[in-house]
Order: sequence, then C-alpha cells, then structure tokens
Amino acid sequence: MPIYRFATQMLQKDSCSFGLLSAPHALGFGRLQRIDCLDLYFIEGQLSQEELQQLALKLLSDPVTQSIAWDELPAPHPNLEAGEVIVEVALRPGVTDPVAAEIVRAAHELGLDGVHRAATGQRFILRFNESIRLSASQSVALSAPVSAALLANNVIQHWKIGSIEPSFPEDVESSGTVESILICGLTDDKLLALSKDRRAALDLAEMQAIQQYFIKEGRDPTDVEFETIAQTWSEHCVHKTFKALITIDSGQLTVDGKTTNRQPSTVNSLIKTYLKSATDKIAAPWVRSAFVDNAGIIDFDDEYEISFKAETHNHPSAIEPFGGANTGVGGVIRDVLGVSAKPIANTDVLCFGDQNIPFDKLPEGVLHPRRIMSGVVAGVQDYGNKIGIPTVNGAILFDEGYTANPLVFCGCVGIAPKGKHKKNPHVGDRVVVLGGRTGRDGLRGATFSSMTMDAQTGEVAGASVQIGDPIVEKGLIDVITRARDLGLYNDITDCGAGGLSSAVGEMASRIGCDVELKNVRLKYAGLAPWEIWLSEAQERMVLAVAPQHLTPLQELCDTFDTEMTDIGAFTRDHRLVVRYNGNIVVDMDNEFLHESIPQKQLQAIIETPIFDTRVFENRISNIKEHLLNLLSSPNIASKASVIRMYDHEVQGGTVIKPLTGVKADAPSDAAVIKPIGTKGLKGIVLSNGINPEYGKRDAYRMAMAVVDEAIRNAVAVGADPERIAILDNFCWGDPNRPETLGSLVEAARGCHDAALLFRAPFISGKDSLNNEYLGADGQRHAIPPTLLISALGVIDDVTKSVSMDLKEAGNGIYLIGEFAKEQKWVPAVPAITPQVYRALHRAITDGLIRSAHDLSEGGLAVAAAEMCIGGRLGLDINPPLSTRDLFSETTGCLLVEIAPTNIARFEETFKDLPIKKLGQVITDPILKLNETTITVETLTAAFNTPI
Amino acid sequence: MKPEALILQARGTNRDHDVAEALTLAGAEAHFIPLNHLRMNKTLLADFQLLVLPGGFSYADALGAGKLHALDLNSYFNEEISAFVEAGKPVIGICNGFQALVKSGILPGEGKEEKRMNGSGATLTFNTKGHFECRWVTLKPVSQTCIWTKGLEGIVECPIAHGEGNFQTSESFLLPTFIENDQIALAYTHADGSSADGEYPYNPNGSILDIAGICNPRGNVLGLMPHPENHIYPHQHPQWTRGVKGNSGLALFENGVRYASQI
Repeated sequence: MPIYRFATQMLQKDSCSFGLLSAPHALGFGRLQRIDCLDLYFIEGQLSQEELQQLALKLLSDPVTQSIAWDELPAPHPNLEAGEVIVEVALRPGVTDPVAAEIVRAAHELGLDGVHRAATGQRFILRFNESIRLSASQSVALSAPVSAALLANNVIQHWKIGSIEPSFPEDVESSGTVESILICGLTDDKLLALSKDRRAALDLAEMQAIQQYFIKEGRDPTDVEFETIAQTWSEHCVHKTFKALITIDSGQLTVDGKTTNRQPSTVNSLIKTYLKSATDKIAAPWVRSAFVDNAGIIDFDDEYEISFKAETHNHPSAIEPFGGANTGVGGVIRDVLGVSAKPIANTDVLCFGDQNIPFDKLPEGVLHPRRIMSGVVAGVQDYGNKIGIPTVNGAILFDEGYTANPLVFCGCVGIAPKGKHKKNPHVGDRVVVLGGRTGRDGLRGATFSSMTMDAQTGEVAGASVQIGDPIVEKGLIDVITRARDLGLYNDITDCGAGGLSSAVGEMASRIGCDVELKNVRLKYAGLAPWEIWLSEAQERMVLAVAPQHLTPLQELCDTFDTEMTDIGAFTRDHRLVVRYNGNIVVDMDNEFLHESIPQKQLQAIIETPIFDTRVFENRISNIKEHLLNLLSSPNIASKASVIRMYDHEVQGGTVIKPLTGVKADAPSDAAVIKPIGTKGLKGIVLSNGINPEYGKRDAYRMAMAVVDEAIRNAVAVGADPERIAILDNFCWGDPNRPETLGSLVEAARGCHDAALLFRAPFISGKDSLNNEYLGADGQRHAIPPTLLISALGVIDDVTKSVSMDLKEAGNGIYLIGEFAKEQKWVPAVPAITPQVYRALHRAITDGLIRSAHDLSEGGLAVAAAEMCIGGRLGLDINPPLSTRDLFSETTGCLLVEIAPTNIARFEETFKDLPIKKLGQVITDPILKLNETTITVETLTAAFNTPI
Repeated sequence: MKPEALILQARGTNRDHDVAEALTLAGAEAHFIPLNHLRMNKTLLADFQLLVLPGGFSYADALGAGKLHALDLNSYFNEEISAFVEAGKPVIGICNGFQALVKSGILPGEGKEEKRMNGSGATLTFNTKGHFECRWVTLKPVSQTCIWTKGLEGIVECPIAHGEGNFQTSESFLLPTFIENDQIALAYTHADGSSADGEYPYNPNGSILDIAGICNPRGNVLGLMPHPENHIYPHQHPQWTRGVKGNSGLALFENGVRYASQI
C-alpha cells in the first residue's frame, strides 16, 4: 500500500524555531543560525489525488497560517539552499502516538475510508552561518550533535540527516511463550546473577525466599511469576528500606559543640517508628485515612472529604524529561482517583542541576540540566493543563547535586462526598480494567526506579519510558466519579508501578483472583504474557465490579469514550491465578507473595552535623549588592516564566494564586482553593517545605525545619494550624551506604518530632531511594538528602485569607516568632513556634493581618523585599539590624503588616509571645534597611531577572 | 421561566463545571450533555434556549486546537446547529469552544457549508510567545450587535489560559466588512481600559486588532478566548486582598441568559 508524506509549515513567524534556537546558543552551538520546524504526517492508504488534497487542507493544515506539501514515498530529497541541512525525527516503533490515531479516526469521519495507518514526525531545516561552505560530511558533523542534544531523544525517537522512514507498529501475533526460570537448584552466586540478569533488583535473602517457596511447590517459577514477585517485592512497591531493621552504630555525636556518646541502637521500621507512630500519637479525629490507601484522606466539611498524595518520578524524568514528568503528573492524579475523589489541584516541586553547566562537565549519558528542565516543565504543563486541573503550588530548586538525577515531585488533591469510597472486593466481583490500552511501555518501572542509574540506563531502560495521554485520563475522571456516586464498584486502585501485577495482586491479596491475559486490550499485538501483566502503560484503573453492575458501567464508559475490559473474577481461594489463553501462567499463594518478603537488615552511621560555611565566611560589605544578588539568584528569583505556563485558574477556585500583588509578580506563601460545589466559603490550603541545603548539613534539623516551613506557609495565608495534615517525600541516595541511611534515619526522626510539636499528622508518604548516578568516570553522583513536606490545610472562610503583598502606607511591620541567634548550624525550631502560629491564626481570623510573609531563603531582607515588590510600596525598617539579622536563615518567623488602628489588639493577641516592631509601610517605593535604601523598581528588576 | 442551557461536553472538555456555575448564577438552568449523547439524540438540541461550547482540550489539541471538535460539529450536528443559530438563539464558545466555532466556520461567517473547515479565512493560531500562558487580562466589550456584549458598561477582567488564541485572518478575508458588521465583540486593553495596541502582555497572544472575542453578523453567536466564567465571584479577582471588588465576568452571562429567556 502506498505511503504518503505530508509536510506542514507555518507561513509566518514560527515560534517553534524561535524557542529551539535559544537553546543551542545557550548550549554552545553558536554556528547555528536558524532552525525551521515542519510537522510530518505519514499516511498509508489507497487515496485519489482529490482525497489527498482534502486530507491536506481539511485535516493536516490550517490554510490561514500554514502551507502543506505532499508526495509519495520514496520521495525525492527536498531542495536545499547552501548551508542548510535537513534532520527528520520520528517515534520509535511501539511508542504511543495519539495524534496518529486521531488522524485515522478523523479521516474516516471525513469519509476518507482509504486511510489505513498514520504516523507522525518532524522535519528540522538547520541553517548554519552562511560563511561556511559545507561538504556532506561536514554537515553531518555539525548537525549530529545538535540533533542528539536538542532535536530528538534517542529513548523514544530516532533521527536521521535526510529523509526518515516512518515506523508503523507491526502486527505480530504473540507467541504466548512462557519461559520457566530455573531457580530451584541454583547456588547463591547464581541466584544473584539471575536477579541481575533480569534486572529484578532482588537481594540474596529475597532470592532465597523465592527459591524456598518454589522448592516447596515442587517446580520452578514461570517468567510471569518471577517478574510478578520482583515487582511486588520492589523497593518502589513495598518500601523495604523504610520497613527494615536498622542497626545504628555507636559513636560520638557532636551537636552545637556538645559531644555525646551514642549507644548502638536499632530501629525496627522507620515508617512504624517515626511516621505512623506520630500520626497515631496525635490521633486527630479529622483524619479519615492515613497510610493505608492510594492517598491520605481528611475531613473537609460535613459533606466532603479531601485527599492528598505526592509522588516522585525522578528516574523516568532523567532519561525522558517530558514523558517522565508527564506521566508523573498522570500517576498521582490516578492515586487520587484511587480513593474515588475528583482531582481539584496539582502541586509540583522540581529540582534541577545548574542550568549553565558546560557540556564537557556533564557526566556521560546525562542530558543537559537545561534540557531536563524545559522537558519536565513542558511535561507538567501538558498533562495538568489538558486534563483541566489547576497547578497552584510548587517550587523549583537548583543544586549541582541534581545534575544527573533531577527530582520531580507531583502532588494532587482530590475531593469526594463522604462515605462513597469503597475498598472491599467481594468474591465473585469481576476484575475490570478501565482506560488506556496495554503496550510495551514502562516495563519493569518499579525495579528500574529502585536501581542506581549508569551511562547505559538510557538505552536499556528505553522500555521504562511511559507516554501520557491526559485526555484518556480525563475520561477516567468522568467515568469514575459518576460510577462512585452510583455505587457501581466495590474496590478501586490505579495501575502504577508493576502494572496489572501490582494493582490486581494488591486488590486480590485478601481473597484471591483468576484472570485471563488474553482479554486485556493491547495497543499492538506481539506482547508476551509477562509483558502484558507487568506493563506500566498509563491511564489504567482496576475496579472490582459486581456482575450486575457491568452493564451500567459499560454505558458510562461508552458516553465518555473510555474502554472497559472484564479480565477475570475475584475468588475465595487466596491465590493469585493468571492465565494466558486458558493456560495457567501464574499460580501463587497470596501469603507468600504479600507476607513472605524477608525483612531487610541494614546498618546506619549517624554523622556529626556540618556547619554552614557559605555566607559568613566573607563579611557582607554591601547590603544592597548582596540583597540584589540574592533576589536574582536561581533559587530565590521569580519562577513566573514557569508558573504562567501552568493553568492555575481552571475549576475557578483559586483564591490565593501562586503569583500575587499589584502586578501579580510576587511569590505567594501558599495556595488557597475554594472548591466548586461545596457550601459556604470554606477552603483548602496547600503549601510545601523543602531545603536540600540543610539536608546536606543536618538531616534531623532539616526535617524539623521543612515541616515548620510547610506549616508556616499554610498558616501565613490563613490555614487553621490545628487542622493541617502533612505528606512526606524522601529522596535519598543508596541506603546500603551506612552514612546515607544514617541521615535518612535522622530525617525520619525529625519528621516524627516536628509532627508532634505541631500536632500535624502524616497522612501519606513516599520514598525514592537510590537517587544516584554512576558516571562513566566511576564516580557516584548522589543527590543532596531531600525531603519534601507537603501540607494540606483548611480555612473556614476563604475571604479571610491573607496575601503577602504590602497593602497600605502607614501600616506597621512586625517580626513574629523567635528570631534565631544561631548562625552556624541549621536552625532548630523554637519550642514556642506552635503558639506563635496559633496566635497568628487568631489575628487573621479577627481580620488584624493585612499581609504576612514567611522568612525563608535569604532571611528577613529577602522577605521584606518580596513584600515591597508585591505591593509596589516602600518599607522603612528602623531598628538597627546587623547583616546577620538581615540575611541569616531562621525557622518559625514571619513578617506581618498591621493597620495602626489594630496595633493594640494585635499586640494583645501576641501577649507573652516573641514579636518585634520593625518599622512601617511607606508611600515612597523604597526599601530602607538601616543606612541602605533600594528602590522597589530595582528590587523588582532583580527578582524578575534570574541569573 | 429559566432558560435551559446545553453545555456540550466533548472529549477533553474541562471548564464545563466552571461555566455551569456562571450560567446558574446568571439565572439559567445548566445541563451537561456529553457529545456522544447528543449524537444519539440530535433533536435534543432544539429543546434548549442556549448552547455552550466550554473550554478544555478537545482531542488533546491534536492537529490544532479545536480542529477535531470542529470536524465533529460539522459531521454530526451541521443541520441542528445551523437551525439553532438561525433561530437566533444565543451560542457561546469559550477558549477551546471558540477555536471549534472558528475552525468549523460557524464563526465569523454565516455558517455556510463552503465556508466550513477554515475556509472562512479566519483562524486562531499559536500565541506569538509560542507557548501556553495563564494570566489575567482586561477586556473592553465592543460590539453592540452581539447580544452577549451589548450594553455592557465598563471593562471585564478575567483570566486567559491558552496556547493557541492568536486571531489571524488570510489576505482574502474581508476585514473591513467584518469590522463594519460590528463583529469584534471583545478587545484586549490595558488595565485602565485603553487600547492594548498589540502590546504584550495586555494583548497576550498577538491577535490582530487586539481581538479577544468575535460574534457572527447577527450577533447571537459569541466566541472568546478569555474565561469570564472564572470571574463570577469577588474572591476570584487577583487583587481582592487589596480591596478590589469584582465579578465582572458575570455580566456577560447575564446578558446571554436574559436574551435567551426572551426568545
């Protein structure tokens, strides 16, 4: 059948080429002058000239803004001018191509039934500086690095200088072959070799446990069974490190100059000892579900409950930033769907390497941090915007420790009517898969995320990359929220890491199931049974549905263009049974699969905290210069260019927006959401705390500080400090290294103590370990110990919430909270802090606070400057403050603005609490700090111009 | 009697609940109808007094925003929508709905068959900045022919959230006639209401003549990129904490609903 190639080009200015060109110059491809971008469509089919023209003008181009040309393959090479090189890019076979699928569907809708298959691609015309006369080999030499670094990602695409051939998925029938994995007679060495060969990331004790089970069963496992165990027992799925028995070495520990001798001790499960136990001790009556479900759940009002979950998608984002971040967002949204809630807000915290690192300093096989950042941001934007969930809170941090291993934290909040979420499959219920089809994407993602990456990871883990389709997931939201209200299912969970093996296995863990893989709908044929069972293809949910509810569920699915497949039944025999074409390929005891994983035994060493040598080694001689440098430093400067790419207004509930103030360019402390459809003016508050700089120095105090930061941010906008729930997300290096594990233990202990101090329970959490990169240089590149605390609060009346921009000249400015005298060490959280926050909340409720802003990175001076930027008003800080007072970082402190008439009531509210009047708001747009004066215009320019 | 509004849910529609809230506040009875339901029962449309194509990402913007949604409108509901428009009933397409109205040819023209699928010479293309953007804008209601903007006093403030909102026309497009017909419904302005004159970010996407919304010559069909449905309560305004009192997006819906109730 003939294949036609259509090329569509913008007639006028092409913003794609404009965007692309800024990157190569930044990345050192200075000789490149222009890049033109064309969209390519490959259409296979029997089509007349008239039909081809219809296809071109009605479907594949916009006649007002684009030109289109087409020819039949093999086509002659396009005419080029001197200095031009053509590079074409297409997806690798098997990579999901939603646009291609839409082309075939739409062509048939237009009556062009001759269209058989479609594929998409891109053509780039590179123009080099015309003074260079290029030979063929020179053009290749110049274009190849640009293509590899910028135009294509080898993991999902292939590129060619000249014309590319489209790759249509081949229709190959699956052999259905199931291999037997010989395990029963293996020696310990061979067991470990087997684990490594199949990239199972299982250790010797685990491999021995598998061996013993199958010796008892009198047979070897099938490949499907072995892969199922590897996923079920992966760090990603069962959090082995957090459940391990940890022995902490004895030794001397010096904190604040005081040395103590530590006795050796043990911690039996970090989760139980530090995280769940804190929640249990707090015993907040408004917590509805903590740690047991896909997301944590708390009360909202009499009618509704709200849920919250944050996930990481670090390794996938390192090798394919767009797809990794895209599916990270999609995954956490499904977690919220997994507790039957409607997703109403997203948060995203992103950590990247130095954006200006020279290419030759990058470890081998690592994408440039600039490319990682633009891809991740585009991925977050694409999924959140298209599915229609506002992205309302987040952070972006830079540290060279994230160069090879970026962190992508995605959070999602949901809302659901109380009492509608069911979590109890019945014997006889059908196992129903909803949503996307299953392909080879994302195989072994759970074990992949549990391993250290190396220079080859990008290639061998190509299959681990998942491609998202937010519109399919939007269909899932529409179907599931309605099915929930109609009571059409008894249990629900999302297909995440481990795919069906993990989702179905978990749901059936208390009863049993019998499923047929032949019934699973596939994107293309040719998948082996283990691939179907393990695939991490996106946008799938698994439901337990009583047989009589299949028809109404099917009707809902038809309405919202969502596919539904019945793949088996829940049984009473406590075994996981999986068939392919009727033949049993998995038959394992639930107890073995879910209860028999050996507890890990690990060693930890706790190291002495390190003090800060950054700021105060060199005395600050010029306050103005130092403040302006801070304001434009990457970690503090405005993130507006990213924030504005996210839709933060959809669903109409964003009351305190991520950017605020007169010109909407100042950073809010937290987001306030008034959900659509709830009664009254009650709202949700979202904030976060993160500080990798502290993480490098003192993990215990870092954890205390970031819990404090998250809570302080929430309280600053008006959250009730008695009603804040928190999530933990630990991103650490290799826990098999005792020092790394030691800092993880200390961070968990800090979480526990901080949660108790603030009476803020953990409701869910997640860990991502092995965030390390083994470079070709043989060096390990580990990330700084990074803990993200995400806070979910409630505010009774959103119209009482407070923004951080200065409001009116004449108002007083106060510092509230105990201002740390400590400069060298990571600041401890003062014991009085919870009282300060409660007083602040009373003052906000009484309408006494005009603006509030927390002191974080850059200290008091940066907080004051940001408030000036927000209000485009000046501030006169009159008590003499040292440079240390101005710039040192503290915990538990905020700046608040009070109208003169309310000063007495404010001071009464804060009676016996640490407050200090610092000065007042002035009409002149000038920040006065002692002798130093800086115009607000200068502050704004610095803040809005990141280095 | 309350006018009945049909909110059409396409595959990827996502501001349907937002606009339902606005219509309800404006006095209409809002009904969500999935496109697949309407396909099975096309005569249903005639039972409604008001048609809404809400914002979102129909078909994930594949092949251009609103394009495949427009194809659906023309393939499945050509007669029904033409009849609805010819009956003078109010129609509003917001953001993705606007894109679909333009790409199906329902806007800016009379909806004649030969004008369909971008044959009208007008389109909504990529923002000049080349990417999606979410920010608040200020709009001036211009058209006195458009039943949605007629008589509106003062400016409308509301957010935009789009990547393809740049209104452009081909050389053959009769721009003078279009202007003479009073088809420019809403224009981007500076915060004080003075002309944006193409200046970013007041005109956020590079549209010619600062066009934010257009109507058909008769004035009953409005399409606009900004989201007035996201500014129907004072606490949605970005400066409500500074004492700004607003809900200026609501007036537009009140106009449309009032008109619908009089048909």
